Formats: sequence, C-alpha cells, structure tokens
Amino acid sequence: MKKLTVTALLTALFVLALTAVAMAAETEVQVAGLKVFYGIVIAAGFGIALAAVGTGLAQGMAIKGAVEGTARNPEASGKITVTMIIGLAMIESLCIYALVVALILLYAYPMSGPIQKLVGM
Amino acid sequence: MEHPLLFLSLLFESIGLGSFAHHYPHVLYSWLVVLLFIIVGRLAGRNVSFIPGKLQNLFEAVIDAIESFQVDMMGEEGRRYFPLIATIGLYVFVCNVLGLVPGLLSPTANINTTLSVALVTFFATHYVGIKYHGVKYVKHFMGSFLPLAPLMLPIEIISHLSRVLSLTLRLFGNIMGEDLVLAILLALAGKFFAPLPMMFLAIFTSFVQAFVFSLLAMLYIAGSIHEAH
Repeated sequence: MKKLTVTALLTALFVLALTAVAMAAETEVQVAGLKVFYGIVIAAGFGIALAAVGTGLAQGMAIKGAVEGTARNPEASGKITVTMIIGLAMIESLCIYALVVALILLYAYPMSGPIQKLVGM
Repeated sequence: MEHPLLFLSLLFESIGLGSFAHHYPHVLYSWLVVLLFIIVGRLAGRNVSFIPGKLQNLFEAVIDAIESFQVDMMGEEGRRYFPLIATIGLYVFVCNVLGLVPGLLSPTANINTTLSVALVTFFATHYVGIKYHGVKYVKHFMGSFLPLAPLMLPIEIISHLSRVLSLTLRLFGNIMGEDLVLAILLALAGKFFAPLPMMFLAIFTSFVQAFVFSLLAMLYIAGSIHEAH
C-alpha cells in the first residue's frame, strides 16, 4: 500500500515537473491565458460539486420529512407528495443554476474568444 | 457543439433551407411538436362518440387527470385556464421526451424555447390578475402593511421577474444536462448500451419537469386570482 502511494506521488511530481518545463518554453502572456483556463475548469468542477453537496443534503431532508409525514398519516400522502415534488424542484433548481453557470464557463464564456486569441489556439 | 444526424435538418437542406435548419434546429423541432399536436388533436376530436374508441379513450384519460388535478390545486375558478395549463404541460413533456428518440432533439434543450414558454406563463399571470382585480391588482405588489409599500414594491417586482428566470433555467438546465450526459455516455461506451439506464431516468425527469412547470404555472395564476392579503 505504501509503495503504491509513493509511486502515485512520484508520478504526480513528474507530471508537474513536465508541465513546468512546457510552461517555461512559452511566453508570459500565453501562461497567463492558460491560467485563466485552469481557473475556469477548476471553478466549474468545484462549483458543481459544492452545489451538489448542498442540494443532496437539502433534498434528503425534504424526503425524510415527507416520508415521516406519510408514515404518520397515510391518508394525506397525495398532498404531501405534491408539496414534496414542488419543494424538490425548487431545491434542485439551485443545483441546476450551478450547472448552467458551469456550462456557461466551459462552453460560452464571453471572454474565451480574446483569451484563445492571446494563447494562440 | 456539432449536432448529430437530425433528419429534419437534412430534409430542409434538400429543399434549400439548409442554413436556417443548421442555425435553428430547435425551432424546427418545436414546429414538429406543434404539428404533432394539431394532427393528433384533430384525429382525436374528429368523431367523438359516446362509446369512446382507442384514441379518444387515451385522450379522455389524460385530459381528465390533468383537469381534476388542476381543479384540486386552483379551485373551481381554475377550470377556465385549463386549456393554457394543459397545453403548457403536454407541450413541455413532448418536447422533453423528443430528445430521447434518435434523429430528433429536444427543443427545450435550448434556452430560447424554455424562455418563450416561461414568458407566456408570466404574461398570462398578469393578464389574469388585471382581469380579475382591475387597478386593485397593484395591491398584490404592496404587501400587507401599507406604509411599508415603497419597500415591498421593488422586492415584489424582482420576485415576479425572477420567476421567469427560474422557470427558464430550471427546464433548460435539466434537459440540457440530461442530453449532455446521454451524449457523453454514448461517446464513452455507446457500443455497450451505456446510455440505456440513463434514458429510463431521463423519461422520469422529463415527466417531473413538465409536471413541475405546469404546476408552478397553476400556482402563479391561482396566486393572481386570489385576493391580496
């Protein structure tokens, strides 16, 4: 197990070193442009992950409440279900906003044209 | 993103409208849905009989389910707005499901289509409000305590505008995300039917999103029918 960890660490270091060599060969402007792309990818990934954490917790709580309510009073299950679905859709839309923002960053970021020109892609 | 093979675009290309078809495929497919509704509606409503046939039976079941649910949610006054709500619900549902058929795409995976439906809901809400209350409809925006009205007015206006935004983005994001997942799974392991389990989930999501959209439209219209608190 320990050997595996060491190997993984060494591989990561090697890849990082290679990137550093590749970066040094480029001009400073291109490096700055590439950094923006790294930032965009990291922001999109972490943004959607954070949104998913919150949405998952909130939806779990909502479903817990609905299930408990139905267990106590099975006759009200119809109304509880409708209310739960509305609530779930409202909660889910928060995660969907994060998804839309991530998609905008990845595919339709307004500054990506100039940056691509800068980097020379 | 390059679109896969879309048969309507190819059809339009062959009659010389290729540039339109390639720039606005979602418009073409929403026309297809509208056409489908007109044809099926004519077929179902052509010879209505006391003992229903197959098609009439299906439509009676669907329409009756929607109507009884709507009357449950909105009260007896809501029956007048049944055509609007049912049209929105069925249109959005068929638009969502259309993307699962190979060679077709969901019109709702484009933000313009969902915005158009959300704007119809928005204007219908305020039309109903003005029709029921006249000038007193302003009271809906004033809050319950009159001296606080200058504070409540901007908040209420923003909340009404944000309804359009949330309706639009929720539907668009869901359907677009679902289509993206299907496309990625197809590209990764399409040979082994990897998108298939996701497609079952997509049918469920499509139904839930159409349900939620029409449900929110119902609630908004019911909110402007009721007296201001």
